[in-house]
Amino acid sequence: MIGLLKKIFLVDLFQGLFVTFRNQNPKYIYTEQYPAERPKVAERYRGAPRLNNNPENGETLCISCNLCALACPENLIVVTSERNEQTKRKDLTDFTYDLSRCMFCGLCEDACPVDALELTQDFELASYTRDGMIWDRQMLEEGPKPTQYKC
Amino acid sequence: MPDTFLDSTELILNMGPQHPSTHGVLRVILKLDGEKILGTDCVIGYLHRGVEKIAENRTYTQFNPYVDRMDYVAAVSNGLGYCLAVEKLLNVQAPPRAQVVRVILTELNRIASHLLWLGTHALDIGAITPVFYCFREREEALKIFEQYCGARLTTHAFRIGGLQYETYEGFERDVKEFCEMFPPKVDEYEELLTNNRIWAGRLKGVGILNGDDCKEYGVTGPVLRAAGVKWDLRKAQPYSGYEQYDFEIPTRENGDTYDRYIVRMQEMRQSVRIMEQAVEGIPAGPIMGKVGKVIKPPVGEAYVSIEAPKGELGYYVVSDGSTQPYRVRVRPPSYINLQALDKMVRGALIADVVAVIGTLDIVLGEVDR
Ligand code: SF4
Ligand code: SF4
Repeated sequence: MIGLLKKIFLVDLFQGLFVTFRNQNPKYIYTEQYPAERPKVAERYRGAPRLNNNPENGETLCISCNLCALACPENLIVVTSERNEQTKRKDLTDFTYDLSRCMFCGLCEDACPVDALELTQDFELASYTRDGMIWDRQMLEEGPKPTQYKC
Repeated sequence: MPDTFLDSTELILNMGPQHPSTHGVLRVILKLDGEKILGTDCVIGYLHRGVEKIAENRTYTQFNPYVDRMDYVAAVSNGLGYCLAVEKLLNVQAPPRAQVVRVILTELNRIASHLLWLGTHALDIGAITPVFYCFREREEALKIFEQYCGARLTTHAFRIGGLQYETYEGFERDVKEFCEMFPPKVDEYEELLTNNRIWAGRLKGVGILNGDDCKEYGVTGPVLRAAGVKWDLRKAQPYSGYEQYDFEIPTRENGDTYDRYIVRMQEMRQSVRIMEQAVEGIPAGPIMGKVGKVIKPPVGEAYVSIEAPKGELGYYVVSDGSTQPYRVRVRPPSYINLQALDKMVRGALIADVVAVIGTLDIVLGEVDR
């Protein structure tokens, strides 16, 4: 009998509808108004790569050891350097990073012995051209500069 | 099947590869008599990337991020399976702290995977509401992944021998909060669906696969457990310290789509239980076992299988003593579970195919590899 009444009065459906209405409370709004409101990504986020400079003298931290290029499964890093006759060390000349093939696995930054290469919190990496995805040393040091929108 | 002659009342219909409810790029060729299904043929391979072949040209460490891209919904479980297989080859074990963190993350990933399944499955059946709620909770799980390892989906969270990342500050708090927040949400989903007559009507008695058939096809995971077979690798062959935790294996008898739904809902609750126990006692200590920078396992082979959200996920790794694997073979649960599709939908209606594909919980990235 109760079963029949439940059936006639659509109890099961109203039970579900009640959940829906309960969740319409404005305090359960989760939408982020991107790009006006920018998401806060985690500190360890693996996003755009950056080649770090020494904050004191602005020189690059990279010692051109090529370990990152060897660690990368996709083989997308090319480090070029030339030997400095005075200091007997290698100087970085260029650093190419093909972002279009990168899967942001983080193996390159793990391999770097001096923390020169780092995956940062920047996540806006879109580009109008394919060439724009291949970053050179300057781009890697400066990082992407996405347009900031304000509302 | 497609090359057989058709009766005048019969019809061949392509479902997919762009059909929204085939969950990716699965193409099912249906042979129909009106709405009734006389036979099916799955065409797979649209997402084939040759992951197993790629493994032969990468070092053991370098191949690790690729496994995330097979079952991208449960990337952490894939990583665990691969790492365990190589660890077995190397004959090392992850330190206790790493093992506990691994368990927490894989269980969290199981919940995330089941939530995605529930949302999309309900969407296929025609219930639009649950998907929003499921994604809301999945977001919380993904946030923990992001905080922990810096990526949300293809996490690359584990390394061979242990972990790369130490837990972040507040990790335990976040996991505890999730464990507290989550069970009431499961109640909410159940309120929406379990008693709903449309939901029950669409699922009960659809796509029945009994225990013997499951074993014959090699079907594992929730599909097997919904058919009444109490088989869970976490209990049967404990790995990564699962024997320490107290949890149950939910099973049901009928083996229909509705039972598989119930089993997965209960599995989510059990996952929370495991996480609650694990997070209480994360031991201190190192997170990386004794493995060198260059991983060079001795000649040999190892097979390790784990209980992924979708079933038994196995990694078979053969080493020839060099730094690159000689062969990596993956036993993907989705691929093997998909075989049962024909058996499950024969004689049913087209709409049931959608329900059955949903309930099998396949990920095409894993089917095609
Ligand atoms: S993140 Fe991974 S794929 Fe990208 S450059 Fe570094 S090692 Fe290569
Ligand atoms: S590993 Fe670091 S130091 Fe070495 S070449 Fe790469 S960025 Fe430079």
